[in-house]
Amino acid sequence: MIESAGSEATDPASEGPAATTSSGNAEPLIKVSALREGTVIDHLVAGTALKVLKILGIPREGAVTIGLNLESRKGGQKDIIKIERREVSPQEVEKIALLSPRATFSIIRDFKVVRKFKPTLPEVIDNLIRCPNPSCVSSDDRVATRFHVARTDPLKVRCHYCERALKKEDIEHL
Amino acid sequence: MTSIAAVLEGRDLISMRDFTRDELLAFLDEAERFEDFERPIMAGKIMGSLFFEPSTRTHLSFTSAVQRLGGTTLGFADARVSSTAKGESLADTIRMVENYCDIILIRHHLEGAARLAAESSNLPVVNAGDGTNQHPTQTLLDLYTIRQKRGRLDNLKIAFVGDLKYSRTVHSLIETLTHFDNEIFLISPTSLRIPSEFLEDLDARGTVYSEDEDFFSLSSDVDIIYTTRIQEERFPDPIEYEKVKNAYRIDLETMLRVGTEVTLMHPLPRVNEIATDLDDYPGAAYFDQARNGVTVRKAVLCMLLGIDRD
Repeated sequence: MIESAGSEATDPASEGPAATTSSGNAEPLIKVSALREGTVIDHLVAGTALKVLKILGIPREGAVTIGLNLESRKGGQKDIIKIERREVSPQEVEKIALLSPRATFSIIRDFKVVRKFKPTLPEVIDNLIRCPNPSCVSSDDRVATRFHVARTDPLKVRCHYCERALKKEDIEHL
Repeated sequence: MTSIAAVLEGRDLISMRDFTRDELLAFLDEAERFEDFERPIMAGKIMGSLFFEPSTRTHLSFTSAVQRLGGTTLGFADARVSSTAKGESLADTIRMVENYCDIILIRHHLEGAARLAAESSNLPVVNAGDGTNQHPTQTLLDLYTIRQKRGRLDNLKIAFVGDLKYSRTVHSLIETLTHFDNEIFLISPTSLRIPSEFLEDLDARGTVYSEDEDFFSLSSDVDIIYTTRIQEERFPDPIEYEKVKNAYRIDLETMLRVGTEVTLMHPLPRVNEIATDLDDYPGAAYFDQARNGVTVRKAVLCMLLGIDRD
């Protein structure tokens, strides 16, 4: 289910881009069922949700709800993803952090948020990012890629081998 | 050897980014002790010299450094004779070669190849140029020459002239100079401006700099002019090369307009950026750079191998 231009959820475990029409406001909103088990990834940079979904893969079972360009209470727009019956791995969190360092992750079990956290970027990122430099020695598949985080905000990483700096928009996941 | 110099024993020399200001100064201080020094303190030591791409100047300079200290070299100057031509990985080549020598020198067209070599070997590895990335002994010899000619590495006005977009030498030296407090002038055609990434680094380190296209915008109190060859092979369009190839030809008349106290540097080879009538000009330092290359490389090899000059 993909939702666009709605308002933001208050509780990750309850209806996410939430219910019906708000009072006095004629904006139509789509109802999304509460999450019993799974993960809510909120405060994604607007426009990154589909890339995040590519990292996570679309599960064979369980609903996936995506909200695009939702108004954020913190100002501006954001994306949100709810995945039923799926918890994210630390490696997936690292990858998503590269796209959206300020995202929040809520792990839901039995309708309750059992853990909520923001990702922290590691100093060294192994085998997650492809170096776009065709003259880099890591373009050989036998060499694992490695990047160092040179700056977190705005994100800049540097290839361990060819020393090229990449900005967030240049980052391509393996 | 000073205590900080001793810390460098067993290290690799891959990138200038790996070293602190004090470590850089330790290399330069030690190099001063190797001026005109020729005793066989490297006797019994073998340098594995792996040139996966050709390089006359660097190859000869390192070989001269080793031979002047009584060491020997083995290796190849052409990748076609190495097993990588048969599909062997670089890591495997290095693991094989480290059995035959005491220190490894590598030049490779792929950027990061020297780093990968260092991670594949327990021996010290020296980067003799990895593509357009790093050539640290060139940067060290440039720093050494600056200090030799001007007596210091701080409070200088240093101009870089020519191809500031593609020149590995210029990028590395400018970045390394951020360890020191100098004013930088960047003179280039618009099409060959320094990439913005380097300007961001200068901003982050608080280095004062300015950019201009006009060579004569340089003030007469500039201390150093570092000029580079505009590399024809970098231009996909030959018409674009023709437009800029003679943009900054420096001759005696030019230097008389800028000032006669200026130190003039060039990594060589030159084409026509510096007229030969300047070769006897007192500030001409480009052949001294080549000479200093041997001195600095003697010191680097001995420091990494833990050989004390005395």
